[in-house]
Amino acid sequence: MWVYEKKLQYPVRVCKPDVQMARYLLTQYGGPNGELAAAVRYLNQRYTMPTGRAKGVLTDIGTEELAHLEIIATMVYKLIDGVSAEEMRKAGLGDHYATFDGDLFPKDAAGVPFTTAYIAAVGDPVANLHENMAAEEKARATYENLIRLTDDPCLKDGLRFLREREVVHFQRFGETLMHVKDHLNSKKHF
Amino acid sequence: MRDMDAERLRMLHEIQEAEFTALELQLFLDTHPDHMGALHEFNQAAERLAHARRRYEERYGPLLSYGFSMSRHPWQWVDEPWPWEIEYPPRKDR
Repeated sequence: MWVYEKKLQYPVRVCKPDVQMARYLLTQYGGPNGELAAAVRYLNQRYTMPTGRAKGVLTDIGTEELAHLEIIATMVYKLIDGVSAEEMRKAGLGDHYATFDGDLFPKDAAGVPFTTAYIAAVGDPVANLHENMAAEEKARATYENLIRLTDDPCLKDGLRFLREREVVHFQRFGETLMHVKDHLNSKKHF
Repeated sequence: MRDMDAERLRMLHEIQEAEFTALELQLFLDTHPDHMGALHEFNQAAERLAHARRRYEERYGPLLSYGFSMSRHPWQWVDEPWPWEIEYPPRKDR
């Protein structure tokens, strides 16, 4: 069960419309290291985790990723608010505009559509947690790329928040990995 | 995009702060369930959040769906702005 909260996790500010930047940001919506992939990956993996702690971490981080998906969507919404078809075309979003107008579509910055292969899972909790730790580091690196791509201080502020969350999630997954390994080792008898 | 009155934005900010504190402590407690200090801080943040949410909802309507918040007449859930439409003032500390 999930309950919607009618607020953002963190205030999204955009100093000026920037269609090009909206295009780059789409990668954190529907790209391989994006928030949609992360949310579904974690929530999908939680069912087979061996301990209450690991199930809790995946539930809570997966849920937070849904809030980040909303933050990215809000950034894109604000970055293209009120821009014309001509401006969308000039920024390389003409093809997007033709199909989706101002709606979001989960894809990366190059237009590659979201694919379910991003929702990695192998059923082995140790392998899954390693996957998640790598995913958090890749998302952190992507946010650093995005921060370097914009000169908008308002947008940078929101991107910094999201980058910091990846660092915290990596830490929590690392602790969970140690805990799960201890748990599995305690059950092994040779 | 909509401007909100300063008092509403201040109250919303208070909720965001308290909830973020609680969320961060929740993740920490998931991997440190025996940590008394973090648990104490979590419960304090949860109390602060409940108070801030109640004050906000009395004035501006429900923040949570499915019965976790009450509404006055007419049904306030559909009142705009929705979260992505809110225009936040520039940060004062930057």
